[in-house]
Amino acid sequence: MTGINVAFGGVLALTDVSLTVEPGQVHGLIGPNGAGKTTLFNVACGLVRPTSGRIVWRDRELTRLRPSQLTSLGIARTLQGVGLFAGMTVLENVMVGAHRHAKAGFLSALLALPMSDKDEKRLRERAMQALTELGAESYAGRYPGSLPYPVQKRVALARALVAEPDLLLLDEPASGLSEDEMHELGELIRSVVGRMSVLLVEHHMDLVMRVCDRITVLDSGKQIAAGTPAEVQADPAVTEAYLGDAVDVEADAAELTHTDGGRHHG
Amino acid sequence: MSDLQNSPSTAGQVTDEAPVAATAAANAPSAAATTGRTLLPQSTLLRHLVLLLLGAVAAVVILEITDPFTNSQLATLSFYAIAAGGLTVLTGMNGQISLGHGALMAVGAYTTALLLQEPDGALPLPLILLISVVMATVVGALVGVAAARLHGPYLAGATLALAVGLPGLAIYFHDFLGGEQGLRVRAPRAPESFESFIGLVSGANATSTKWLAYVGAICLLITYFLLANLVRSRIGRTWRAIRDQDVAAELAGINLGAWRVLAFVVSAAAAGLAGSVLALVVRLAAPSGFTLVLSLSLLTAIVIGGLGSLLGALLGSALLVFLPPWVTDRGIDFGLNNTEAAQLAPFVYGVVLIVAMIFAPGGFVGTVRLRWMTQKAKRAAAARAAAGSSGG
Repeated sequence: MTGINVAFGGVLALTDVSLTVEPGQVHGLIGPNGAGKTTLFNVACGLVRPTSGRIVWRDRELTRLRPSQLTSLGIARTLQGVGLFAGMTVLENVMVGAHRHAKAGFLSALLALPMSDKDEKRLRERAMQALTELGAESYAGRYPGSLPYPVQKRVALARALVAEPDLLLLDEPASGLSEDEMHELGELIRSVVGRMSVLLVEHHMDLVMRVCDRITVLDSGKQIAAGTPAEVQADPAVTEAYLGDAVDVEADAAELTHTDGGRHHG
Repeated sequence: MSDLQNSPSTAGQVTDEAPVAATAAANAPSAAATTGRTLLPQSTLLRHLVLLLLGAVAAVVILEITDPFTNSQLATLSFYAIAAGGLTVLTGMNGQISLGHGALMAVGAYTTALLLQEPDGALPLPLILLISVVMATVVGALVGVAAARLHGPYLAGATLALAVGLPGLAIYFHDFLGGEQGLRVRAPRAPESFESFIGLVSGANATSTKWLAYVGAICLLITYFLLANLVRSRIGRTWRAIRDQDVAAELAGINLGAWRVLAFVVSAAAAGLAGSVLALVVRLAAPSGFTLVLSLSLLTAIVIGGLGSLLGALLGSALLVFLPPWVTDRGIDFGLNNTEAAQLAPFVYGVVLIVAMIFAPGGFVGTVRLRWMTQKAKRAAAARAAAGSSGG
């Protein structure tokens, strides 16, 4: 993606942002709240149309990209939160993710031709395989609403993986996960990189620093830094815009504790 | 109505209830995670053919042991159930609401009536039914294209306009469509093979009423066979995905608009067939037969039966057909005069609807299914607990 601009009315959500995900790499997209990370993601998915700029995928420019075309282009995305289908079992949820691999059409479904059954069986096996890979196969018959949040997140990930994309877009995959689960997630992301590239939006800095090959930092819709995790960490602009906040919070907290302690003594 | 469509704010939110209660009846999984013990064959086609055969046997038995009046009631049931089956697929599985199915039935009914106008040399009956289905499908496709862009109350409003407006066409083109009086439908004569079949089964009189009841039953069975195939296939799963979470469905590569139109078209085809059967059974296609009340009755039938379930649509239609006469009879038993007794029926129907909404929002089938799933979960939990205690 090069020179992406997005304006919502008079508000410039993204100004001249460029980002390239190299094959087989994990690319992190970070920035403080409201920096435009999700907007950029939505542009990449066709949910938001950029005011100007180009999106190029495999040397082909994507104009008038629609979300439903994504999987056939080899791009899959998870949603912030989980976005599972509440009225369907976990297995069915993942089978929907395999939509683009389905071959049997309307007529064979209408007449319940054996071809339709065979196709379903294939999708079911694919879905089970994706669930097994993420260690969620024992939940296949359950409904998502009855499952713990981390399991739901895994199911959502399985739904994206089952499409066998070449580019996986992960929108805050670690939100709501514990430290251990986040660690597992990191290993999982590294393990899929052999098969696909990953673009990751995430708040948890340690996860981002651990798994990403390259990182782009946004602040207020502008790209302020890009590079390897080490380069980004060393960049003063990033420290100011992003990590600087964290220091401030700590300082504030220290101050608070101090005054609190003072009051206590008094 | 609002919970038929997930608003973006609730999208992806974690709920602790298993499936959404209102559409619980629709959620027969298209894929069994583990193949449980079952007497039915694995193949969808064989399984549904077995059910079709059982349904056919049941239909013959029921039609032969009941009197002619019940036969004609059953014919009425068949066209209500065909239309309700199509509507439940649209509303329960795909989350689109339609108040215009009565109008789509009118398209089917008028087509049938016009095709049967020729005094002699009319087309064979199956062909007439098929043409009626095609006509309704075409109208349904046009409405569906508009409907695919609309949500919830807006869709209800647009289809409401169809329900109110379309029968008006019959009055406007009164020379061609018979105006307020409607078109009388010449009932097609039963073939001789039918008479010999009835003679063989029960030896009863093969009356025209009986023939029409059989036509209705055959149409009903074929429609439900085809709809059940769709519901259990990838098509049904895709519809439910769109209903539950449209953004996630779209990201999974589903073209929302095209699939919504498909659901509407399938539903309209069923409505067209229902209208065609209605014309044959009632022997009249008139605007007064396709008022808004018809569309609303269909909607209440599928809600009481259980949104998204074909069995529910059948049960809801049965209630629609058999409850009012039953209540009227009870009213007369209790010493009301005819007028008072007749007024009792809509009242009782309303009460049943309200009670169903309060105590069984999933409808009949949905409530039973939720109960059953809770039981299963409890048993599973108990089994786990037992395993845990024996292990420790």
